[in-house]
Amino acid sequence: MEQQIRDILAEVGGLVVPVGQVKLDQDLFAAGLTSFATVTVMLALEEAFDLEFPDRLMTRATFGSIATLLAAVTELKGDRVAA
Amino acid sequence: MDMQTSFRTRLIAEGILFPTGVDGLFGRNGTFEAVYDGLEHAITNFGRGSGAEVMRFPPAMAQTTFEKSGYMKNFPHFAGTVHCFCGDDRAHHALMGQMERGEDWMGKQEPADIVLTPAACYAVYPIVAKRGVLADAGHLVDVASYCFRHEPSLEPTRMQLFRMREYVRIGTPAQVLAFREEWMERGQAFATSLELPFEVDVANDPFFGRAGKLMADSQRMQNLKFELLIPVNDGAGPTACLSFNYHMSYFGDTWDMRTPDGNAAQTACVAFGMERLVLALLRHHGFDLDQWPAGVRETLALR
Repeated sequence: MEQQIRDILAEVGGLVVPVGQVKLDQDLFAAGLTSFATVTVMLALEEAFDLEFPDRLMTRATFGSIATLLAAVTELKGDRVAA
Repeated sequence: MDMQTSFRTRLIAEGILFPTGVDGLFGRNGTFEAVYDGLEHAITNFGRGSGAEVMRFPPAMAQTTFEKSGYMKNFPHFAGTVHCFCGDDRAHHALMGQMERGEDWMGKQEPADIVLTPAACYAVYPIVAKRGVLADAGHLVDVASYCFRHEPSLEPTRMQLFRMREYVRIGTPAQVLAFREEWMERGQAFATSLELPFEVDVANDPFFGRAGKLMADSQRMQNLKFELLIPVNDGAGPTACLSFNYHMSYFGDTWDMRTPDGNAAQTACVAFGMERLVLALLRHHGFDLDQWPAGVRETLALR
């Protein structure tokens, strides 16, 4: 799952550093992720993992690092399985 | 009837606003325009000595400029495009028939390559960009335009076609942030000189759709937008009459505006919602301008 997230960031994140060098808890915005690219990343994650980000997760914090993205996707996938 | 409708009703009953049959589209009388003229004068005074280049625009811009600005990414729900009849005699005859029968005739209209301006500063960037690399001091523009946003509302403070005056700073991050800081102070001095109650708060633009929530949160977390809010409509929250916006390098990147160090220029603007300010003044000082406080009349150079 982490690798898929990294692939998406590499493809549409517009980061200024190679995504392979970005640590799990490193600030993605400091690494060059813009607000506009965040939206593209969100849509790509929804497509790749077949999920929908609810309003409460539509925050800058959710997209702050690979770790927070991983947590959000894990939670949403879990929700879906549980449902 | 709630109080909000009541302020609107009083404005119409007093002949200050002329309703047109469309929510948010009004004509204005001499009283309203006298205050408007006074505000233009006062805003010029508050920006005096800054050496701003004056630019005034019609309420529309080129479709190509609009497309490049990226407005549709975030605010597709506000945009208005201009379409016209471009047919021959036969098409005209058909058109007359459709209108007479009350059928849809708008679908046959063709794009006029013109889009209604959503914010005054949008017209400025391509013009400044075309001049090449900015000078060391950056640039400052005093711009005004009618603006259109499709958001029909009963609140008189939310007009669909309204006038926006702005000072726009283009330069390095330090220049642009210093400008916004300075204008946040000046804006409050401006409201104080008009004897209006106000508060300044962090704000966000009404971005479209689900992703809009994310954009709005981002904008707030980064303190990109502040508003000076004045209570105008009773029973509703205060109305944003001035906004102080920091765009970072969004327009610099979009239009390839560069500072002498080769970096994308940053931009910031202070925007005055002219109709909203007039309405705030009428709300707080009454409809008889002769009775307004002397200091306010002086600031607006009324008489």
